[in-house]
Amino acid sequence: MTLDGLNARLRTFLQGLALPVVLLLLWEWAGRAELLPAGILPAPSTVLKTWEEWAFGSGGFGLNPYSGTWFDTVLFSARRVVQGFFWACVAGVPLGIWIGWSALAARSIDPLIQGLRPIPITAWLPFSIALFGIRDMGAVFLIALGAFYPILINATHGARDVGRNLIRAAQMMGASDRDLVLRVVFPNALPAIFTGMRLGLGVAWTAVIVAEIVAVKSGLGYVLWDAYYVGRMDVVLADMVSIGLAGFLSDRLMLVVQARVLHWRTLSRG
Amino acid sequence: MTTTANAVEMSGIEKIYAGRHPVTALTGVDLAVGDGEFVALLGPSGCGKSTLLNIVAGFEQPTAGSLRIDGGPPRRPGPDRAVVFQESALFPWLTVRDNVTFGPRIQRHKRGSFEQEAQRIIQLVGLSGFENHYPDQLSGGMKQRVGIARCLLMQPKLFLMDEPFGALDAQTRLQMQELLLHVWETLKRTVIFITHDIDEAILLADTVYVMSARPGRIRSRNPVDLPRPRDVDMLTDSTFNALRRDILRQIREEAGKSGATH
Repeated sequence: MTLDGLNARLRTFLQGLALPVVLLLLWEWAGRAELLPAGILPAPSTVLKTWEEWAFGSGGFGLNPYSGTWFDTVLFSARRVVQGFFWACVAGVPLGIWIGWSALAARSIDPLIQGLRPIPITAWLPFSIALFGIRDMGAVFLIALGAFYPILINATHGARDVGRNLIRAAQMMGASDRDLVLRVVFPNALPAIFTGMRLGLGVAWTAVIVAEIVAVKSGLGYVLWDAYYVGRMDVVLADMVSIGLAGFLSDRLMLVVQARVLHWRTLSRG
Repeated sequence: MTTTANAVEMSGIEKIYAGRHPVTALTGVDLAVGDGEFVALLGPSGCGKSTLLNIVAGFEQPTAGSLRIDGGPPRRPGPDRAVVFQESALFPWLTVRDNVTFGPRIQRHKRGSFEQEAQRIIQLVGLSGFENHYPDQLSGGMKQRVGIARCLLMQPKLFLMDEPFGALDAQTRLQMQELLLHVWETLKRTVIFITHDIDEAILLADTVYVMSARPGRIRSRNPVDLPRPRDVDMLTDSTFNALRRDILRQIREEAGKSGATH
């Protein structure tokens, strides 16, 4: 990249940073001037201090039960997201490709899925708790279900829009139906599958918070609700930031994997 | 009496696309393509010439009529009939080399059995140095070279080419025509070449068939009496021009006819 390009990118970055920084400073000033009710909206510096104690505190169940538990809490949530997301991919990608490829599958399976899809995952909560109890499985089930739909639908679209001549080209080179699905339809659907996986990952983080608020006793969602109940709004805010950060970082990770896998798409002409 | 079987023999081929308003794409098409013959099908767009090619390739089935390939009934699409598509139809996620070797690889041939030949063909079509490029990095002409290379590697009995140079600029098209002439004159395989370009048809083919507008049928058979090997200089040859005038006249008449019926 040229120096000019680098400068332009830096400028864009700084421009985007300006508004959040100004808002943070205003908020901090208002907090210190005691214009805000500290019990509802503690100043950013307080939230940061809380987070520090939450992440690096020495533990102990005296005054601050959260002390030193941040990493464990994040890991609890992340593990559920990974598990749920994994099952969503395992089920969504092959099923989506099958529905996109086979008219029979589209006729027989798609209506069921389209019928179930309008039921939001929050509506599945009681059913999930009844089925799995207050355990990890319930949360993983909800996450998997939430992430499943966008992955499936995008995989279906990706498989459907494979060019007719691409199929014909493979056939004239001797491809069997199996070859067509594995070597033409699947790679053709990969960009759409990644779109679905990114959407699914976003839904997975939403689902894990909801599930942890209601159905399990650990993780960022559990702490969020627990802290609210004991009036620790500083912890609530630190928790919200943590959720946002986790979602952002997992999406970035997904983008890195996507760029690797779809490297043939990102190449410039030359 | 001994006669060598024609590579392709069609009689009474008809293709009707069903629907609320059924469309007759082809009607009463009789065509015989000799073994090793280079045939050009020339016609206006919408005359069903691509449909005809797709029927020979096995991509589509005729509504009526009989088709024999190498004296036998047509089978499902396969490596005996290689197709070069107008918009190349390469796999964008594969490199040039992997696109060219897609055929032998999916047929589980051992790498050693085709790798050297693939490299020779890549060189022959002028793609050396681009083996590891992806289709999106190539120009239109280069993509068609890949499309031709992968067909050459299949060593088919029959080459089916569906306006392969139709989307290229004039200069690139001339280059590709020369390349095809050169390749064909060393291989002498049967070719059915679809085009709407009169010069291209005459330059490349042994026989030019002029097709009529929809419903498509064969209007005339025009043997090309130009010596081989040919090159693009023949585009100004007097034999060439005489044939060109003749075919042009047929096409004009055809256009007048279809204009009168509408």
